[in-house]
Amino acid sequence: MHIQEELSQRHVLSLTVSNEAGILARIAGLFTARGYNIDSLTVADITQDHGVSRITIVTNGPPKVIDQIIAQLDRLVPVHKVTDLTENGPFVERELALVKVAGTGEDRIEALRLADVFRAKVVDTTIESFIFEITGTTDKIDNFVGLMRQIGLVEVGRTGVVGLIRGKDAN
Amino acid sequence: MAEKSGADILVQCLVDLGVEVVFGYPGGAVLPIYDALYNHPTIKHVLVRHEQGATHMAEGYARSTGKPGVVLVTSGPGATNAVTGITDALMDSIPMVVITGQVPTQLIGTDAFQEADTIGITRHCTKHNYLVKSPAKLAEVVHEAFHIATTGRPGPVVVDIPKNVQIATAPYARPELKVHASYHPQTKADAAGIDAAVEMLAAAERPILYTGGGVINSGPQAAALLRELAALTGAPVTSTLMGLGAFPASSDQWLGMLGMHGTYEANWAMNQADLVLCVGARFDDRVTGRLDAFAPNSRKIHIDIDRSSINKIVDVDVAIVADVGSALDDIIALWKQRNHQKVDLTEWWSRIAGWRARKSLDYAENGVEIMPQRAIADLYSATKATGKDVIITTEVGQHQMWAAQHFGFDAPNKWLTSGGLGTMGYGFPAAIGAQMGNPDSLCICIAGDASVQMNIQELGTASQYRLPVKLFILNNEYMGMVRQWQELTYESRYSNSYSDSLPDFVKLGEAYGWTGIRIEGPADLEAGIRQMLETDGPVIVDCRVAKMSNCFPMIPSGAAHTDMLLDPSQVEGVMSDEAKALV
Repeated sequence: MHIQEELSQRHVLSLTVSNEAGILARIAGLFTARGYNIDSLTVADITQDHGVSRITIVTNGPPKVIDQIIAQLDRLVPVHKVTDLTENGPFVERELALVKVAGTGEDRIEALRLADVFRAKVVDTTIESFIFEITGTTDKIDNFVGLMRQIGLVEVGRTGVVGLIRGKDAN
Repeated sequence: MAEKSGADILVQCLVDLGVEVVFGYPGGAVLPIYDALYNHPTIKHVLVRHEQGATHMAEGYARSTGKPGVVLVTSGPGATNAVTGITDALMDSIPMVVITGQVPTQLIGTDAFQEADTIGITRHCTKHNYLVKSPAKLAEVVHEAFHIATTGRPGPVVVDIPKNVQIATAPYARPELKVHASYHPQTKADAAGIDAAVEMLAAAERPILYTGGGVINSGPQAAALLRELAALTGAPVTSTLMGLGAFPASSDQWLGMLGMHGTYEANWAMNQADLVLCVGARFDDRVTGRLDAFAPNSRKIHIDIDRSSINKIVDVDVAIVADVGSALDDIIALWKQRNHQKVDLTEWWSRIAGWRARKSLDYAENGVEIMPQRAIADLYSATKATGKDVIITTEVGQHQMWAAQHFGFDAPNKWLTSGGLGTMGYGFPAAIGAQMGNPDSLCICIAGDASVQMNIQELGTASQYRLPVKLFILNNEYMGMVRQWQELTYESRYSNSYSDSLPDFVKLGEAYGWTGIRIEGPADLEAGIRQMLETDGPVIVDCRVAKMSNCFPMIPSGAAHTDMLLDPSQVEGVMSDEAKALV
């Protein structure tokens, strides 16, 4: 007997939650307990009184599983609202990465050229290295990191995705 | 404002919330609360023998009274011992509030004596949980905890209170109920779903009402409305294990339980229906059998208070997110308003009559051994003859299924069993809890010889509080359901399913001050049951039943409703790996 896997789709979920102790564990634990995937997860408080946080989760799964994830998240007591940005789009998503690249001579110049193409900013430098700051979609950052790997990638730090619905209204 | 200690605030909240009974066990981290409860004039504390017992007692109390069950345990092992019952309450949607002691705040995280991360451990087996770090917050949290436990889809809530928070003081005034801004369970259905449901019901030629524990949780009014809807539509009614009693077993429209050990007629009617109205049930794997063959030609309407139950297992045509009672009320009102008449279901009922004629619950008797089904049937008729209010609890296993099949329930809240989690050790403490909440009722736990031993220590609790519970053990010297599956799947290799070294249950009961009765054979059965019912105090009955009996009908795992095994001759003894891998 072999275990079959279903085809998955990537979804970006945006949650507003009460900013209380253990909320992150509650959300993350729900994903592990029910066997859902987390590709990335970001969290920070977003109101003046620090009472509400936005959590952006990039997940993947078959459509039925995505529906279940949303329903399961929605019934947690401290969760205010769950929006599937992928379904309710159009939306803007951004990720920030810090990319450390080491090299000398032509490699160094090529790294700077590519950074310029990707609108990445140099935020630290030594004679033999740069740290670039780059924002964009996950794809764009993947591409940038892929190119830097060929030049002299040392390490990468990424924030994971944040996203908002386009237009004037809050979701 | 007068200051009170955290412990006094907690007890005051319990009084204000109308709590009459607390099931608990003291320990270092709850001593201040126990002191506040000392000789309390209105709150009765039931001292259990093991914290798991306390949780199941609270469940039994809650399920039989409709009120939340309350548990009080200490930190560390007290809390971890309660976890099984908390999980059980989550799976079966039982309102329960569990107060756990915790080490003082300054010691949290230091591996202090009897420290456990109760909040972390119970995060995913509660509806919600709280660590209260200040006595000033305690009242608000306790009131909210009861609100969350009892509203929406009910469930267990844990309130973890560090010892220093129990001792420290804060100004106290009875709090206004402030509920999380994000907690708004939907109880009233959207009109569109009700409209669609009514029209589909009015047009269906082969409808069936598939009901579950949600009808019980919604309250007696929901059960009354279910009966009214059944009368208006003339549709047959089946139920999950958890929903038994919501619809009277004595009704002509009752098909019996459905699912793995459901009746032939209930499962075939589900399979052949053109409309399934699911009322407060959740398409559990024990009910559906093989999913692609589940009610394949039907349209489906699902009423559930929990949106996450909708389309979780089975895709439905109409989803009604609402409290069952409220939704049934709306459906009935619209049905009447539109002046719908009962559809002629004669043909449907004649097909059902054909399935009924298979008499799938029949069993062969040999006159030498007591068939376990016979023991249940006789217990049913004998208890009915007493005219008393009868509450039945069960453990988990063959005896549980036989009880579900052969004991008729005509009213809600009279059948307490562990459905979702399937917790051996549930039934006996649940009977004690039910007896606490219903002192004049006849509370009987139908048990098996194996599962009764999981919380057998609670014999002492019943003795201490003079609770006249009856413990009726169907003793076949096996973990019968395990053995049955080994026969079905593993060519009868009985790996560890024999109940070796059983105690003498009669003497064991007597050691705790109970009356013990042994029923050896068919000739003793009636008299033994009568003696049990006529004895005032607690009684343990060791009813020796046929050792190798198995529970039929049965849908083997991975099979469809139409592939039921009706008797042992149909058992092949082997299964495909795909079927074996299912639960």
